[in-house]
Amino acid sequence: MSSLALTISDTLVLARRNLARIPNQPDLLIAYTVQPVMFVLLFVYVFGGAIRTPGFDYVDFLMPGIIVQSIAFGGFVTALGLSEDVQKGLIDRFRSLPMSRAAVLTGRTFSDVLLNCLSLAVLLGVGFIAGFNFIDASAGEIVLGIVLLLLLGYAFSWIFALVGLFSSSPETANAIGFTLIFPLTFASSVFVPVGSMPDGLRQFAQVNPFTTVSDAMRSLWLGTPAHTDVWMSFVWCAILIAVFAPLAVARYRTVAAR
Amino acid sequence: MNATEDAIAVEGLQKSYGSVRALCGVDFTAQAGTVLGLLGPNGAGKTTAVRILTTLLKPDGGRARVAGLDVTKDAAALRARIGLAGQYAAVDENLTGFANLEMVGRLYHMGRADARARATELLERFELTDAAKRPAKTYSGGMRRRLDLAAALIFRPPVLFLDEPTTGLDPRSRLSMWEMIEARTAAGTTVLLTTQYLDEADRLADRIVVIDHGNVIAEGTSDELKDRVGGERLEVELEDGGDAERAIAALAGMAAERPALEDGAVRAPVNQRSGAIAEAVRRLDAADVGIEDIRLQRPTLDDVFVALTGHGAEVDPDGDAALDEAVA
Ligand SMILES: Nc1ncnc2c1ncn2[C@@H]1O[C@H](COP(=O)(O)OP(=O)(O)OP(=O)(O)O)[C@@H](O)[C@H]1O
Ligand SMILES: [Mg+2]
Repeated sequence: MSSLALTISDTLVLARRNLARIPNQPDLLIAYTVQPVMFVLLFVYVFGGAIRTPGFDYVDFLMPGIIVQSIAFGGFVTALGLSEDVQKGLIDRFRSLPMSRAAVLTGRTFSDVLLNCLSLAVLLGVGFIAGFNFIDASAGEIVLGIVLLLLLGYAFSWIFALVGLFSSSPETANAIGFTLIFPLTFASSVFVPVGSMPDGLRQFAQVNPFTTVSDAMRSLWLGTPAHTDVWMSFVWCAILIAVFAPLAVARYRTVAAR
Repeated sequence: MNATEDAIAVEGLQKSYGSVRALCGVDFTAQAGTVLGLLGPNGAGKTTAVRILTTLLKPDGGRARVAGLDVTKDAAALRARIGLAGQYAAVDENLTGFANLEMVGRLYHMGRADARARATELLERFELTDAAKRPAKTYSGGMRRRLDLAAALIFRPPVLFLDEPTTGLDPRSRLSMWEMIEARTAAGTTVLLTTQYLDEADRLADRIVVIDHGNVIAEGTSDELKDRVGGERLEVELEDGGDAERAIAALAGMAAERPALEDGAVRAPVNQRSGAIAEAVRRLDAADVGIEDIRLQRPTLDDVFVALTGHGAEVDPDGDAALDEAVA
């Protein structure tokens, strides 16, 4: 087999491993399904009445943003899984095998894509029940939105892969994810229009890639003006992958268990 | 690899962790199809050597070739020729025992059917068949260890590295592990084995290398090492402890060194095995010393270990009990 064919085969073996564990870890499945549903319900019914989104029902404004946030965080299991693999010595086993060096990471990021498809379906389902509708969106725009979301999730998987490989334990990975990256999603147009933010925060939110992607999703699914957001979003994803994938692979080569 | 080349050849291997010198220029070799036992007290550098030879760590200096391949330059090719069971079991706790083995087999690029058949076979050999469909997190420590060893064996690699493979195994599992290792070497596999159990090294290892503080302090076959410590030793337990002085005087004429009283028995190193007991009985009888028990003893590897490392296996700065158990 060629080395590309081997990498693909190893990736699939490990992606399968990542998914095979889910029946033994119901809490993971909950993270992918119940948690996003809780978020949608909280925001729509608790904050929804207090947040002004001119021209739109809050649920319409919220859904593209909250899906962006959920999908970006879908890769979080990669951080948990990799730090666990380091802690439990599995990385040593993998590094001693004649397998592709990248496959442990590509296997993770690939199984994340599949899990993200699941959470996207759950989120859209609960969104429709809560009253969400596509506005002025062609089938092509809807599909392009889904592609963008999955690409974003994929890019963030690589960020989380790096986080996981630098964390000495799953708890540390958890702390890094939720103290450094989670707040970024709030300082953006994910939940509220940036126009309502105070000076300083507003300027930050305007250049935050989460704002770019959320606005791109709204232009695709709600018919808001696109400006440069859609293609800029794809550029952002490409940049994140180009930067973080090589960093994660380099880290993987040197990380040693214990 | 040609037949005359050693399956493992290590030359001047060095490795430091910051200011800790784990290996200070270590040399050893293992012929293809043999078992090399790597012995040494806690912190001697055994695991460090294994990790370098399995491409997990880069050495700071020196060279090492395994199966004819350089561990740094040919690392990728080498990984297809080695199997590793590290000091701590590395299994995926959320996968079943069977899925763990199948995954490792597939990552060695075995075909699916082949990997599955071999997984089933190994689960049976290691008496894990009943637990094969349970996630490994429900396994006991010894079961995990066995699963990890099975993973190292799944591909039948030509060179195997086993870092304390039987630590934590019950006597029956140890025995079946030993039989498994013997079967692999009979089939031509080379094994590097570290262990704290000296009886294990005695039984399995064709050659033994003893390291301490990152240096090789002795090497040879188990018999050669025992000869270095001394030859046969006569041990006499007396009916009456008060006879000790007379017994020592009586045996002095036939002993290689002056006999001594240790642990309630008179011990006398002797040069010649044959006739030693009869001679001793005659001498003691003539001196009117009553004998409770008398035997000839060869030094054990425990004696070798104590003699070589000076402090003996029971002195353990790290407070790890493994060695204490090994010599108890
Ligand atoms: N990652 C590390 N960082 C710092 N020092 C280390 C590291 N790994 C090992 N050492 C040190 O290197 C030395 C050799 O360790 P090694 O694990 O090779 O010993 P060992 O012979 O396998 O011991 P044991 O019988 O306890 O398993 C020890 O002094 C140890 O403290
Ligand atoms: Mg060790």
